[in-house]
Amino acid sequence: MNSGLVREFEKLLGPSSVLHRPEDLLLYEYDGSVEKGRPNLVVFPTTTEDVSRVVKLAAKYNLPIVGRGAGTGLSGGALARTGGVMLVFARMNRILELDAENQRAIVQPGVVNYELTRAAEPHGLYFAPDPSSWKSCTIGGNVAENAGGPHTLAYGVTTNHVTALELVLPDGEIVRVGSTQGDAPGYDLTGLFVGSEGTLALVTEITVKLSRKPEAVKTLLGIFDSVDDAAETVVDITARAITPSACEMLDGWTLRAVEDYIHAGFPMDSAAVLLIEVEGLTETVAAQAAAITEVCNAHHAREVRLARDDAERDLLWKGRKNAFGALGRLAPSNYVLDGVIPRSKLPQALRRIRQIGDQFGFQIGNIFHAGDGNLHPIVLFDRRDKQQFERALQAAAEIIRYCVEVGGALTGEHGVGMEKSELMPLLFSDADFDLMRRVHDAFNPDSALNPGKIFPLSKGCGEIRVRKPSGPTSVVTPSGNHK
Amino acid sequence: MIVSSTNIATRLESAIGSSRVVTDAAIRAAYAVDEIIPSVVAKPSSPEEAAEVVRLAAQENLALIPTGARTKLQIGRPPTRYDIALDLTALNQIVHYDPSDLTLSAEAGTPIEKLNATLLEHRQFLPLLVSWYSRSTIGGTIASGIDSPLRQFYGTARDFLIGAEFVDGTGKLCKSGGRVVKNVTGYDLHKLLIGSLGTLAVITRLNFRTFPSVIAGSRGFVASFSNAQGALALRHAILQSPLTPLTLDILNPGLAQVFSQSAPATPEASAFSGEARNTNHASLPPIGDWFHPSEWQLCAAFAGTPEVLVRYTRALTRFAEESRATATAFLDDATRPAVWGRLRETLSMLLESSPATVIFKISVLPSHHAALFASLPQIADRNALPHALVARADGTIYFTLLPACIDQINAARVAFAAIQVRNAVCDPRDRANPRRGHASLLFAPPDWKRVVTVPDGGEGFAIDLWGRPPLNLPLMRRLKSAFDPQNIFAPGRL
Repeated sequence: MNSGLVREFEKLLGPSSVLHRPEDLLLYEYDGSVEKGRPNLVVFPTTTEDVSRVVKLAAKYNLPIVGRGAGTGLSGGALARTGGVMLVFARMNRILELDAENQRAIVQPGVVNYELTRAAEPHGLYFAPDPSSWKSCTIGGNVAENAGGPHTLAYGVTTNHVTALELVLPDGEIVRVGSTQGDAPGYDLTGLFVGSEGTLALVTEITVKLSRKPEAVKTLLGIFDSVDDAAETVVDITARAITPSACEMLDGWTLRAVEDYIHAGFPMDSAAVLLIEVEGLTETVAAQAAAITEVCNAHHAREVRLARDDAERDLLWKGRKNAFGALGRLAPSNYVLDGVIPRSKLPQALRRIRQIGDQFGFQIGNIFHAGDGNLHPIVLFDRRDKQQFERALQAAAEIIRYCVEVGGALTGEHGVGMEKSELMPLLFSDADFDLMRRVHDAFNPDSALNPGKIFPLSKGCGEIRVRKPSGPTSVVTPSGNHK
Repeated sequence: MIVSSTNIATRLESAIGSSRVVTDAAIRAAYAVDEIIPSVVAKPSSPEEAAEVVRLAAQENLALIPTGARTKLQIGRPPTRYDIALDLTALNQIVHYDPSDLTLSAEAGTPIEKLNATLLEHRQFLPLLVSWYSRSTIGGTIASGIDSPLRQFYGTARDFLIGAEFVDGTGKLCKSGGRVVKNVTGYDLHKLLIGSLGTLAVITRLNFRTFPSVIAGSRGFVASFSNAQGALALRHAILQSPLTPLTLDILNPGLAQVFSQSAPATPEASAFSGEARNTNHASLPPIGDWFHPSEWQLCAAFAGTPEVLVRYTRALTRFAEESRATATAFLDDATRPAVWGRLRETLSMLLESSPATVIFKISVLPSHHAALFASLPQIADRNALPHALVARADGTIYFTLLPACIDQINAARVAFAAIQVRNAVCDPRDRANPRRGHASLLFAPPDWKRVVTVPDGGEGFAIDLWGRPPLNLPLMRRLKSAFDPQNIFAPGRL
């Protein structure tokens, strides 16, 4: 990027808030996905006005703009697919207001998910969405991707907990949508912007609901000798309308890798475990735990363990939440997929994933939110082996196709990003895309914000309208996806 | 462009068949929105036919309003144009129901009651127990954005609507979301349809996550108070406790009186009572003597195992004593319908109780309730208007003015009161503050929504729906033209 331009951004924000040297930019070319895309410039705004000024300056030079939180996303949502200016919200990390009486907090986008829960804890409150990356991911990123987590089964995903947003539009205008209480007159703009993956506006302030911590929690570990039995248990729990707050499955292969690393207490010789949590009144929890144990036993559970204390419970969850890290020890690269199926289809879906693994020559592990049908098959591979990487992507696409075939969707919580933009036509028709494109253009008419995401590039003439920065990334073609 | 109604009818008939197009004046009059009568009524039998009607409307630039059971068409501004009523009641099939996945898809014209009857066979339900329950369609309920007392526990429609199919303003069938409970594929366009009053799209199908029905031993609780503070203290104690009631509403004496005097002609929703709907049951049972219409009331519902019910009973009794309730009552299957049916039917009962009912929906944080419980009755009294009020624990207040008749004096009183209500909800000097509340006019006689002439010589003005444009009206306009580029859907209503 030319030095005159860099100086203009430095003048705007100060030199310590701008990165432009290739070695610095390298750190921002990846996120938690298998995708890559390098920005030309990284800036660290500290105020909403900074964001607005950056956006206006970028517009002057026709540079694409991408927002980024902690970069833990799993679909390439926070990558500069076509280069340009990346706004990293790390320095907008203040909790602006915590209103315990009304159970609301107003936060800047760079606040780390877990930090909000920590701040709310003294009031007996917490922020319900809890992605596995909650100790590092930011609430701004959660809003962009409409992030989920294990406990969304009972409490809903990010969108169910956001009541208002402050936004910067691609022309630099600052707007507010929603209301602190939640019901605002007119259209539910908050509902549209949450989960729009940074393609409509940049979020600069978020009003969230805080939830009251339950009186009692019980964590159960159902241990099974067959994956089918574990899957049938989940189907049955759902069908009996028992609502645990979390219902997670780890298959044997995955739990052995986790156990080696974390020693969470998962039995090494089992075929699958279910990590199930129930919350609420002491009386409710006791009844639910008994009902769940009964269902587990009806499906031949080898054993159902009840976590004795908080320490044991925390250890089980540590095993679950750090599983992907543990798997990282087994292969140079891992690809965490994200698909959703109707919950009644779980046993057959797991069988199909096994078949697909065999077909493409991968051991595919499963560690996922079984209770809401949100699959996370994980493919281990070596990225340096180009052929193997291609095969991993093919296997992934095959699994997602299957999810759609059985009535599911492309992504439950990771987002479409650049990972799945080409798979979107599996679900959406030309008419659907036309409308989504018109909604996109209503806010982001020049595709200045996060270009190359959500919408398939391969539709139409094969090129998408994007701002073209100087440099090698100026033209985006479908084949440019994984270069 | 002027197109004669015969001409439109002929075109529509050739598109969807003559049996599905009505021009009869008496029938058309029943589709009036704020006294504006459409030229023609089209009743498509499939989503494709609905799309066909929209395409025709787009070609001829005709204004179209989608309708269901027509119970809530009076919400919103009077339409500026209205040529075609698109009656969706023939689209009334439950197209998908997977009880073991707790998901359901129904066509827009499906009556909510039919939908809940189907769900109840599998001990599930949809927590949308709204006013006009026994007549409402699911599409109309979503488009009206109306809420239910159950939002305390289950949230609003935006929390369990998981997908939709609809016709956009170009006449194309589109969809968003899906049929799975967790999904972030593409924009959540279906959320925009909630409360859109038919201005964005014609809803043809809605997908929901469903819930275990709350039949098993659900109970009601009513506590009476000589003042609002007591009711608020009890609510505060409940909200700070581990209890999670299904509903939690505070009623003022004005509403308590309406409750004790009227009996809505709709039985309690079967999904909530656990009883099969009794068709002989023409109206709700009278309210018992444990309901004190001259006092403030706190009403709550809760459900669970016998142990859970014992816990609630103990805790509520103690909290009520601590907040100095003058009386408390626990309601069972026999007594509960009297209160819960009325709570659900609050809006319909208030509209029936006066020809000039004016209802504001006030959205504020719950901590603002104490101040508003004092100022809102004063505003009503100052303007010599009877009033009624229900406040949900999430912050929503329905504040109702009940003038005896539609005349100039009452019009002026209501107009003044409207300004005062808005100033009480949100200080006019503080309009840019995002933390402020909103007061929207949900229902008012059509004439008063157009223009009210102030008798003391001031200029005439309308009691506006929003009081002033929402801060982000330009964004909403952009969205409206993305969905409906020609502005043919319910122009002027929002």
